[in-house]
Amino acid sequence: MRKKKNDGTAVNSVLIRRPIQRWFPLFILPTFLCFIIGFIWPFIQGIYLSFCNFNTPRDAKWVGFANYIKAFKDAGFVHAFQNTAAFAVVSIVLINVLAFFIAYALTQRIRGANLYRTVFFMPNLIGGVVLGYIWAMIFDAILKRYSTYLTANSTYGFWGLVILVAWQQIGYMMIIYIAGLQSVPEDMLEAAKIDGATGWQTLTKVIIPNVMPSITICTFLTLTNSFKLFDQNLALTGGAPQVIMNGAKVNMTELLALNIYSTYNISKNWHGAAQAKAVVFFILVAVLAIAQQTATRRKEVQQ
Amino acid sequence: MKKILALALALVMVLALAIPSAFAADTGRVYWLNMKPEADEALQAMAKVYEEATGVPTKIVTAASGTYSDTLTAEMAKSEAPTLFNIGNGSALLDWDDYALALDGAAVLDELTTKDFNLVNEAGETKALGWIYESFGIIVNKALLEKAGHSLDEITNFDSLKAVADDIHARADELGFDAFTSAGLDDSSAWRFTGHLANLPLFYEFRDEGINTQPATLTGAYVDNFRAIWDLYIDDAAAEKTSLTTATGDQAEAEFGEGKAVFYQNGTWEWSAMVDKFGLNPDDITMIPIYCGVAGEEDAGLCSGTENCLAVNAKVSEADQKATLDFLLWCVTSEEGIATLSSIGDIPFKAAPASANGFSVAGSDLLASGKYAVTWAFNYTPNVDSWRTGVKDALAKYSADQTDANWADVTSAFVDGWAIEYNMVNG
Repeated sequence: MRKKKNDGTAVNSVLIRRPIQRWFPLFILPTFLCFIIGFIWPFIQGIYLSFCNFNTPRDAKWVGFANYIKAFKDAGFVHAFQNTAAFAVVSIVLINVLAFFIAYALTQRIRGANLYRTVFFMPNLIGGVVLGYIWAMIFDAILKRYSTYLTANSTYGFWGLVILVAWQQIGYMMIIYIAGLQSVPEDMLEAAKIDGATGWQTLTKVIIPNVMPSITICTFLTLTNSFKLFDQNLALTGGAPQVIMNGAKVNMTELLALNIYSTYNISKNWHGAAQAKAVVFFILVAVLAIAQQTATRRKEVQQ
Repeated sequence: MKKILALALALVMVLALAIPSAFAADTGRVYWLNMKPEADEALQAMAKVYEEATGVPTKIVTAASGTYSDTLTAEMAKSEAPTLFNIGNGSALLDWDDYALALDGAAVLDELTTKDFNLVNEAGETKALGWIYESFGIIVNKALLEKAGHSLDEITNFDSLKAVADDIHARADELGFDAFTSAGLDDSSAWRFTGHLANLPLFYEFRDEGINTQPATLTGAYVDNFRAIWDLYIDDAAAEKTSLTTATGDQAEAEFGEGKAVFYQNGTWEWSAMVDKFGLNPDDITMIPIYCGVAGEEDAGLCSGTENCLAVNAKVSEADQKATLDFLLWCVTSEEGIATLSSIGDIPFKAAPASANGFSVAGSDLLASGKYAVTWAFNYTPNVDSWRTGVKDALAKYSADQTDANWADVTSAFVDGWAIEYNMVNG
């Protein structure tokens, strides 16, 4: 096909395009500089500092991999790692299953569906710290009946955190699933009905394959959210209870992000180790997220 | 070519926005990174007076509450770093020793009435100046005490305190008030016990052993005294022992302020809340030492100390250091300076006027009558937040079920926890 001749008024006109092509650095530079100052540079400096002993970034001294060795020798870090993995598995399954079924129920043309959607979404609007304190009070009020309290052992703290995060995030994931469910083509559902598919068959063979993009997004979000979880963890239990195991202190309900934060505050000898933990943490989240994306993407169908 | 020109232009544009107004004067500069948000307004006004009088650029920046160490780390990395900054305790001094100028010989040290509050490093150099101090003990509502048929004179040691408290607690329903306020272990309150109350076993142990730097290990010789006073706090109070983890500092303050309890462990900083907020009669409230059953404690005074020690940055120019020392001297000798500092709290300087805080006066009276001061031994705590968390968690468990086995966990958190934290910090 031959190109249409430009009359000089269209957006892709040479008269408009050429100056933009020539002057684009002028337009992107301020944002690009901000990106470098606010993201790229701190990121590179962060990686550099993980190989240093430092109190302030000015007096950093290169120590090689010593910080990484120190980080992995820290019993608290290893424990936080296990905690986070367990927490991620439980919360991904729980949040996505519940959010999907609530979304499914709320797309069945029931009365007041919009009101329910709003109500279920609302917990997501409250900040993590506030939620942490509120739920700590709720749990303690319940546990008081059994003469115990939330931070008495790690089990209460762990499941408390699961409940809190599920309560907070189900509404958000539900909205994404609702959007996915509503975009399932009506004719496919009708065809399934005509072919005599049962409700379960329709769900597993028609609906779920069609909402796979939403599942990809939601599992990605819940995965990264559970790994990055910080404020809810800090406010609900703060890592308590702390116990002494094999001559080292371990905060039983501490997740990775909180562990990194408290490591930094031990003393200047630990600043580098905290930084090393943060780099390990970044690599871990990045690898997991990419792996999860490729795994679920493969199951998506083209409509 | 034009592309490069465009790039250059854009660079100039951005740089023009960020040209620093750095005109360094020979007079030096003063930059105080302040830790006390409540003192910000008064200090800013004072800095203005000083700058107008001397022409030395004087800047005071206050870190938001609870973010001091983060702010300090960030500010210290800048080229215009603070010249005057806070070091909280002996543990923090280990982190910031390189940055702190040795103050020995500085004129401002001669203005102090006591050197007890200064921070001295292991080489014996004075690195930070304790400029404001606080005391804590047991706040007593004398009016309620009398209503219960007791008087302050009865209480001279742990046994007499326990006798009075037990009696009040036994008759709490009839009297309408209890002995102690809730010993909350919520974060807003736990420091009163894991920090302040734990000071007593630490202080007496360090006194016996003659310790004056951070020790690597503890013997825990006085941990049983800690148990005795803790038992008293939770046994002779209305609060439920299993719900202490969520009992807050505000709750305990309100219980005392509203006359629901006779005794309340806290510090001199509570004076204005008690008098202004809760409207208690200043003549009805006072502060007595914390007794925990140590021999000779009849002669104890209040626990006095500080986490407000000022250090001069050793890594700024000499002109800046001199300007900062001159500023400090002016603060503690000039009329405006002393008036400002004393409005913030009790200050250990010769020119300081008499305190308006009844609790501080009670503390000074005790010292004047020959009692010994209980210093803040907890300032040596390694990785202080983590150590206190360990003690708090063990205390919470013990409070829910006061058995010897559970107390052994408290002892372990206290003694073993200290050694672990010490090794962590220095590891």
